Amino acid sequence: MSSVIQEVASTRRAAGERRKGDGRMAALFLAPWFAGLFLITAGPMAASLYLSFTDYDLLSSPTWVGLDNYVRMFEDPRLIQSLKVTFTYVFVSVPLQLAAALALALVLDKGMRGLAVYRSVYYLPSLLGGSVAIAILWRQIFGADGLVNQVLAFFGIEGTGWVSHPDYALNTLIILNVWTFGAPMVIFLAGLRQIPRMYYEAASIDGAGRLRQFWSITVPMLTPIVFFNLVLQLINAFQNFTQAFVVSGGNGGPADSTLLYTLYLYRKGFADLDMGYASAMAWFLLLIIGGMTLVNFLASKYWVHYDD
Amino acid sequence: MTDLATPSKVTFAEPASSPEGRASRAGRTVRRVRSTVASGLKHAGLVAFGFVMLYPLLWMLASSVKPNALIFREPGLIPTDVDLSNYTDGWSALLHPFSRYLLNSAIVVLGCVLGNLVSCSLAAYAFARLKFRGRNFWFAIMLMTIMLPIHVIIVPQYVMFSTLEWINTFLPLIVPKLLATDAFFIFLMVQFFRGIPRELDEAARIDGAGHLRIYWQIMMPLAVPALATTAIFTFIWAWNDFFSQLIFLTKPDMYTVPIALRTFVDSTGESSWGALFAMSIVSLIPVFLVFLFGQKYLVKGIATTGIK
Repeated sequence: MSSVIQEVASTRRAAGERRKGDGRMAALFLAPWFAGLFLITAGPMAASLYLSFTDYDLLSSPTWVGLDNYVRMFEDPRLIQSLKVTFTYVFVSVPLQLAAALALALVLDKGMRGLAVYRSVYYLPSLLGGSVAIAILWRQIFGADGLVNQVLAFFGIEGTGWVSHPDYALNTLIILNVWTFGAPMVIFLAGLRQIPRMYYEAASIDGAGRLRQFWSITVPMLTPIVFFNLVLQLINAFQNFTQAFVVSGGNGGPADSTLLYTLYLYRKGFADLDMGYASAMAWFLLLIIGGMTLVNFLASKYWVHYDD
Repeated sequence: MTDLATPSKVTFAEPASSPEGRASRAGRTVRRVRSTVASGLKHAGLVAFGFVMLYPLLWMLASSVKPNALIFREPGLIPTDVDLSNYTDGWSALLHPFSRYLLNSAIVVLGCVLGNLVSCSLAAYAFARLKFRGRNFWFAIMLMTIMLPIHVIIVPQYVMFSTLEWINTFLPLIVPKLLATDAFFIFLMVQFFRGIPRELDEAARIDGAGHLRIYWQIMMPLAVPALATTAIFTFIWAWNDFFSQLIFLTKPDMYTVPIALRTFVDSTGESSWGALFAMSIVSLIPVFLVFLFGQKYLVKGIATTGIK
């Protein structure tokens, strides 16, 4: 019966290929998406590129200033500071986060009892971490008389107001990002599951020990997943905003030490209404993220192992 | 896919004995005892680590039922006596009762979920099942928009929505979802639709069903797992979203939960942590419930696509 259907279906398909296609139907199904693409995404993108070459404060119409905004960016000490903060944040927190995710995934991947429970517990912070509520909690935990200092006091160590100290405030945000390692961990777990068991069986028949198996099978087989997580988490981390905003009370303080790039962009655009400058900043951010992702893909040739 | 849900069964399938089968009975017992001890230690470590991970959350929960003066004196989790006054205080601490903000958030989230379910599945059907000129081109464009940082379009969007007098309405948050701008979910559903055997819709076409009927009566019922994943992630993202709600909602009447919480921090400062924690807990409950009941789809969703 099913083979009959298959046969009929395949002849129908061949007939369909000869026909003109489903152009009109596709236009119908894609109508909302096309409207969104042009009105919500591409249109505003073009407008933003234009605004980045203008001086615009929302109240009067934009005036063309050429490359002025871009030139100003490199003379703006707060912008340089925000880049420094952002790069530190991204390139410290993402490797730590991925290392934690990988370590936990390796410990959990043995078909062990209670795996589902552990996975849930470790994953929960990923879902909550981006919320204002958790940012509020962080602000208290790392405050002068917060939870961290209470625990330190128990061991006789005198802490400081971590979130209000320029040397430490950014570290609290880094810890918060590392805390959300659950999402990449789940991806690692799925990746580990896909390594065929017979590789390990074959290796152990050939006399390879567990360490050898780890380095010669697990590590290379997992590199595509590491790469995938790395690309994704770097892009995410560059755009983090909420935690820095709430922990610093919206200004990136103390002493601009938590002034993430997106936070500065928000302040420029929506507090100072310097929207031409904010648009230029947005395009520069796109350039940074795009460039970094490109470098990542180019570098992947040298360390990512693809099976086929 | 089911293998993710039943990891503990694997344990029973693994043979406990050595491959040579020559090990003495005593040796086997020693090994078994040693492995029991090792796994016990591992579990102890994992439980302890999970406890440390979740401690901040549990501590916030405990603090939300403690009088303010005690929050900073007891780092412990068990409150000496439970006092719900933080909840009643927090509920009425702002201009409107907190229920107002919960309702506003619920409206936004519901609109976003419905919008994404309908618009993304329509677009996905076109990409997965229809033949039309330029399909690969538009598909590539769609993929590119997934990675686009919102900052590149937010300024012109703000200008556009304020010209339409949509600021301080929920339209700027919901309408883009109705227009399938969360391209990520289109991709997710295209992947899912491609896995549904073509024979099913070909057979329906022989019976005279058009594309709209195939979409609605065949694809949608079969795509429930993908739809559930989309609904759950849209719910969590929209509920936690801060950046766009901060920009588009400036009147207290229209505040959503994250904006209300942020206002709460700024207005009361450090003086009423108890009430602040109480409302933070309230704000986390919906996400927690979704996590509890939607876990299967969450794990599947992240594992197959790598979202947070």
